[in-house]
Amino acid sequence: MSQKIKEYVQGLLSEGKIKGFLGLREEHGHILPHLFCDVQKLEHMSMGDKGGPGDARYPLNQLLIRVAREYPDDTFAVLVRGCDERGLRELFKWEQLSEERVIPVGIGCPDELAKACGCEKPFPDCLIDGPQGERAESEKVARIDGMGLEARLEFWVTEFDRCIKCFGCRNVCPMCFCNECSLEEESLVGTGEIPPDNPTFHLVRAVHMVGRCIDCGLCEEACPADIPLRTLYKKVAEIVGEELGYRTGYTLEEKSPFTIIGG
Amino acid sequence: MEFKTVLTTCPYCGCGCGMVLEVLDGRLVGTLPSKTSPVNEGKLCVKGWTVHEFVASPQRLIKPMVREDDILEESSWDEALETAARRLREIKETHGPDSIAMFASAKCTNEENYLLQRFSRAAIGTNNVDHCARL
Repeated sequence: MSQKIKEYVQGLLSEGKIKGFLGLREEHGHILPHLFCDVQKLEHMSMGDKGGPGDARYPLNQLLIRVAREYPDDTFAVLVRGCDERGLRELFKWEQLSEERVIPVGIGCPDELAKACGCEKPFPDCLIDGPQGERAESEKVARIDGMGLEARLEFWVTEFDRCIKCFGCRNVCPMCFCNECSLEEESLVGTGEIPPDNPTFHLVRAVHMVGRCIDCGLCEEACPADIPLRTLYKKVAEIVGEELGYRTGYTLEEKSPFTIIGG
Repeated sequence: MEFKTVLTTCPYCGCGCGMVLEVLDGRLVGTLPSKTSPVNEGKLCVKGWTVHEFVASPQRLIKPMVREDDILEESSWDEALETAARRLREIKETHGPDSIAMFASAKCTNEENYLLQRFSRAAIGTNNVDHCARL
């Protein structure tokens, strides 16, 4: 647990600046999300490290949206890593959360985690504790790019073939906030069979990650079939960067490509 | 305002996946897989992901129902049990005990499932016992 973050949150709570802090708590050896409203409970706080750094991360921004929708006039603080902070910026832009009502509490990721994630920016600007680490190179996209078009399609179709349509990738995603989901639209994706339409199901989701995916990797961690979803969405981000010049979640001002196309 | 997260076990099959239920002001609003459960390691199937939806579902049966002339109607427990016992006895006498099968559930306790197979074998006289988790 981080002493600096604990003290920072303690300050926010005791000064009445926030209604609660959405972070993680440790209980009987497990780590799970928790809304801390009481200073006394902060000693059970966790940073999401169980066996290794950041191996027990949860979509805290998703939970924050749920709470904030019910209590729009209250201010909450939330534990964020670099990816979560990028997520917050997009959620502000999409008006899913109000910037004035959210205080991000930043933790930087150690090199080991940044490397495993192939993270572009493994620390948030609102850093309270943890390292301000270097950008880590992701070799996974380059490896698949090197395959050639036909082999690449075969690779993905084989990966998608294992899908059991649990919707875990969508359900865990802190950036999936639509009331109606295309993946449940029968005219796009048929029902009653697994794997779901291959490759339509996963490519529909990939397209919807344009300007949304902040590369947190929770989808890949939630996949029971070990489909390398993160690599797929990293490629989406690469295309969006090259073709539309947009980097998801890096500024509050730039509008997401979908806003421009849709508007 | 009260937002609670509760660590629990999936009620569906015998795997015993660890999950976190999100409770906002007494209402179940979400489910997440437990990242620290050694059983499911942060993953769930589609049934586990949606457990929060059935608890307060308006489609959930909350009273015993008896089907008369193809129409399901609410009834009392006494009437429902009486009807079930009478029809089971009639079917057994007319077609034999193996014309009846019992279907147990992962949502019941071990003891309830034990009772069900005991009832099937001892009272009805059939080994036709199966379970919803054997998908």
